[in-house]
Amino acid sequence: MQTESMTADDGPPEPRLTLSGAVKAFGPVVALADGNIEILPGEIHALVGENGAGKSTLVKILAGLYRLDAGEFQVDGQPVSFRTVADSKAAGISVIYQEPTLFPDLTVAENIFIGRQPKGRLGLISRAAMRTAARDLFDQLGVRIDPNRVAEGLSIADQQIIEIAKAISLDAKVLVMDEPTAALSGVEVERLFQVARNLRTQGAGILFISHRFDEVFALCDRITVMRDGRYIATHVTSMVTVDAIVHEMVGRDVGALFPKEVAPVGDTVLSVQGLGRAGVFADVTFEVKAGEVVALAGLVGAGRTEVARAVFGIDPYDRGTVEFAGTLLKPHSPKAAIDAGMGFVPEDRRKQGLVMDLSVGRNTALTLRDRVARFGIINGRAERAAAAEWGRRLQVKTTSQEYAVSTLSGGNQQKVVLAKWLATDPKFLIVDEPTRGIDVGTKSEVHRLISDLANRGIAILMISSELPEVLGMADRVLVMHEGRITAELSRAEATPESIMHAATASLERTQ
Amino acid sequence: MTTAPTRPPGKAERIASAAPSRLGAFLRLRELPVTVALIALVIITTVVNPLFLSPQGVKDLLLNATIVIILAVGQALVIITRNVDLSVGSILGLVAFGTGTLFATVPGIPIVVVFLAGMLLGALLGAINGLLVTVAKVPALVITLGTLYIYRGLNNAWAGGTQYFAGDRPDAFGSLSVDTVLGFPLITLIAVVVVVIVAVYLAGTRPGRDLYAIGSDPDAAKLFGIPVSRRVFLAFLTNGVLAGLAGVLYASRFNSVGATTGSGLELAVVAAAVVGGVAIFGGSGSVVGAAMGALLLTTITSALTALRVDKFWQEAIVGVLILSAIIIDRIASVRSARKLRISEARNV
Repeated sequence: MQTESMTADDGPPEPRLTLSGAVKAFGPVVALADGNIEILPGEIHALVGENGAGKSTLVKILAGLYRLDAGEFQVDGQPVSFRTVADSKAAGISVIYQEPTLFPDLTVAENIFIGRQPKGRLGLISRAAMRTAARDLFDQLGVRIDPNRVAEGLSIADQQIIEIAKAISLDAKVLVMDEPTAALSGVEVERLFQVARNLRTQGAGILFISHRFDEVFALCDRITVMRDGRYIATHVTSMVTVDAIVHEMVGRDVGALFPKEVAPVGDTVLSVQGLGRAGVFADVTFEVKAGEVVALAGLVGAGRTEVARAVFGIDPYDRGTVEFAGTLLKPHSPKAAIDAGMGFVPEDRRKQGLVMDLSVGRNTALTLRDRVARFGIINGRAERAAAAEWGRRLQVKTTSQEYAVSTLSGGNQQKVVLAKWLATDPKFLIVDEPTRGIDVGTKSEVHRLISDLANRGIAILMISSELPEVLGMADRVLVMHEGRITAELSRAEATPESIMHAATASLERTQ
Repeated sequence: MTTAPTRPPGKAERIASAAPSRLGAFLRLRELPVTVALIALVIITTVVNPLFLSPQGVKDLLLNATIVIILAVGQALVIITRNVDLSVGSILGLVAFGTGTLFATVPGIPIVVVFLAGMLLGALLGAINGLLVTVAKVPALVITLGTLYIYRGLNNAWAGGTQYFAGDRPDAFGSLSVDTVLGFPLITLIAVVVVVIVAVYLAGTRPGRDLYAIGSDPDAAKLFGIPVSRRVFLAFLTNGVLAGLAGVLYASRFNSVGATTGSGLELAVVAAAVVGGVAIFGGSGSVVGAAMGALLLTTITSALTALRVDKFWQEAIVGVLILSAIIIDRIASVRSARKLRISEARNV
């Protein structure tokens, strides 16, 4: 990496990397409609945006994982078109992911140099030379990691440093860090920043993706904002405020896309007190009443799903209590939760919500197998009847209950999951990202369903990363940030700005 | 030779901090448990029955272990890439019978040619395994279970009731298993050479290290641009060559070869590799460990005889050893996972 300086008489330096008018679509879903980014040598450039703004897609294009449908992509002024990750690496781009992929069984030094280990006598790999080279890299980065230990068991922070060391040894000109600080502690973040600043001095261009505004403003020279797959603006950090950035991130028309009907609010169904799990979430306290939709908002990785899983008993918790309909719920027991009248519609319906190869009917009746069985043997006719009834009520569009559920569209699969739980007559339902990956038409159907359920007196906790969905559906919004609830907002108080501020912890607790 | 480096650190100031970690690295050596078990077994048996370690006793031990050692080395190569080859017993059988046939039908054929022919046949059969695994993308367990029966079926069809005996083969060939150099039988020395060559390849060359990366995380290996299919194919091919070599040596060592030669050997071979510290899910272990595993498993048979333990206990004891090896592995990985979780818990 050669040293370059940004002096005035050189004129503006040539960008290390330019992407303009980038388009990437997956079938009908346009993930990136207009991606633009320009990274100069000796610059740390922030990329910010909500969940789904297209940041990840842009990163994957830079990494060579996705190919552009349209748009221009240049590295050092030369147009490029990557077919593979290796192409991207060869062009001098290295991507550091939030959770790096190292080879757990190989040593740290070998992870850096795999495939290009230094050779010694007889053409054999020289471990000593490899170790020394790794130590030199770590010295350069100002960190202490034992090159001899195996990668298994290393902290995320150390794994990232190893990826950075690898990037340096590959002479990377552009480093892309995709939310590198999400899993780091304060000290580790500071160490990473120091490394990034050193690299900047040496002339590397760094693209830094983060949800934490304090970090963005402390570290980065320029900030590019994206929203809904489009480039919005690029600012010099010293000339912009957090408020202005937040406004650009969320500044869209929040139409009454998904209006929830107002339902009579009944008794408290779920009461969570001081719930905590070391390293995951802490001090989580909230209530959900009958007929209410409470949204759990926040950025990906804030700990929302983890809280829901703990409440439902899938994961254990260390502290606090979960009270359901007035009685304490046995921790770490999904069976107790289901028996008490809880349902859980998971985020990943393909893996956790459905048995993809089983028929629509059998999936629907899965939660009913005790009720449709006699002496432990399932009565096929009773099973089909129950399944057909719930399928009809939720308008699941399938030509036959016998088809494998994998043949349905995403929206209809979600209805099957909902039907599965509704058949148990629950008092409380957790829905995790209910409309993820569902097309716009079916989305509103799912929302109408959820609204109907609330009307029938079911208490609902909805985890959602989509602000319009949260604003349209929720009676109350709980916002989480890094494992804690940072705000509780009534329907009137909830605005895109207030939620985004709480989700990025850029304001004091607003409660 | 091992994944945990044991060389002294290069700079003086690091020696102080390196000393405890070198002890730790030694204790974490994957070959350590099998070595300790082998030494303990030999010591106990010798104390009870001093004849166990007589020159003749040692020679018998090594002769018995040789063929399994060569097979275990090849198997380790395959297992390290997160695959397995169950067809080695059948490959050995075909090659052993082929060797007998060659000597019987071509009198005066040079022994070297027989070795080459055996290894070539092994290479062909191994290449078929490798091709099926890398092209069809079906788990190696299933593929090689299929070829296990196919190769055995070919052997049955070819041999029928025919058997070839030691008397059909030249004396020089049989004496490979009788003559010794410094107390080591010749065929054992061949096995030692095989172990050394493969160990150096695995530890000291880039393609060798690639095998570990592939077994450690096949998807990541692909992302890194490692030619995964080619490396896996070569591992199966090499395993076939070594099974072929073992087949020729089998014909030298044992009196008769026929349709059922080598049946059931594959499980003993996989057991030897696992007991020797080669992780069944790939990514770690060494051929030295696998060879030690083979030595341990064959020694147990003789040891139990020398200790006058009922021979029928042998298989139960092998089973206990396999489970112990897996449990030791499991404990180690659970401990490092817990360490990771605790270090991350500091972040909230």
